[in-house]
Amino acid sequence: MEIPYTIQIRPDTGLYNAKLGIWLFLASEVMLFGGLFSAYILLRVGAEPGMWPHGWLNVTLGTVNTLLLALSAITTLLAWAACKVRDFRKFKIFHACTILLALTFLGIKSYEYHDKLIHYEVQLTNGKFADGHLIEKSADFDLAKKTGTVTLHGRIVEDEKDLMDLRATPAEKPAEITVAAADIKKMENYGPKHNTFTAIYFTLTGLHALHILGGTIVIFYLWAFGGAMWKTDPERFTNRIEVSGLFWHFVDLVWIFLFPVLYLT
Amino acid sequence: MSESEKPVCLKSYFRLCAVVFLVVVCTTSAMIATSFSHIGEGWTLKVALILAIAVVNAFLVAGYLMHLLSEKKLIYIVLGFTVFFFIGLLGLTLGAMFGFPTGTISH
Repeated sequence: MEIPYTIQIRPDTGLYNAKLGIWLFLASEVMLFGGLFSAYILLRVGAEPGMWPHGWLNVTLGTVNTLLLALSAITTLLAWAACKVRDFRKFKIFHACTILLALTFLGIKSYEYHDKLIHYEVQLTNGKFADGHLIEKSADFDLAKKTGTVTLHGRIVEDEKDLMDLRATPAEKPAEITVAAADIKKMENYGPKHNTFTAIYFTLTGLHALHILGGTIVIFYLWAFGGAMWKTDPERFTNRIEVSGLFWHFVDLVWIFLFPVLYLT
Repeated sequence: MSESEKPVCLKSYFRLCAVVFLVVVCTTSAMIATSFSHIGEGWTLKVALILAIAVVNAFLVAGYLMHLLSEKKLIYIVLGFTVFFFIGLLGLTLGAMFGFPTGTISH
């Protein structure tokens, strides 16, 4: 059975079916991310004064990722344009660039996640806070038994609020701090359960990264195995590239708002 | 005829992409500069400015890269509904923030 309107324009919609399908799917995606963005607004506005983090994320890495995604959106468009002019070689080159840029984006995101997961906030028994990246835990370190020591590369502050706005904090050189387990009241990394900011940060960027991964798999499939369809039905293949490109541009659009919301404000 | 149905010239797309990328670089730089500037008291004005720049950035991607500036009517209708429900979603959330039952203690 032949699938109708894969190439021809459907008279009542003025579009081929896959294009209307992807736009309806993107509309549902807007609502998915919209729900999470509204959760972000709720958490941010509802935070206690001075307790919403600023400057916790690496702006340089965020900027690099923004430019990588913008470039990948451009190579996606060029890949489609190459298909339209029936230049398969250029299509392969442009989409190879898209895949490489996407993988680089994911690599940087993984590095950022790792950086948060080895970053610890340690509440001390004297009421102060030690904060920094984990260097090492002694072999006998056990928080429950209160044995051993932990070494961080960071600083000690009087109040947890001093850790919230890292841009406002006077630049002091981080140093190596060794804390005995006996002096630790609570020790927690900057993972999703650390506070509401890290929770919404990991949720939003994690969901976005999953979209990047899914899009990359689809683009790779079309790039690696699209040759057969290109030979038999280039118009249909071009439409597939357009549809996957629309999804990719949407993923870029989401990042355009995620970057300022999480990294710059 | 939507943009994707028109005949394509690869060279003109190269030019378009170069311009879009340059503007994206400029808008991203503007957002970062605004973020680190000392405009206004607190974050309210800065957040508003940064989001306004992000909207310009998003318009470029949606308008030129997704060809939304010259799409079919049905897609605009779909997006119109999406915008309506999206605003409703944000409105309901914000409305709920001020809808605490009497006697709720807030900080």
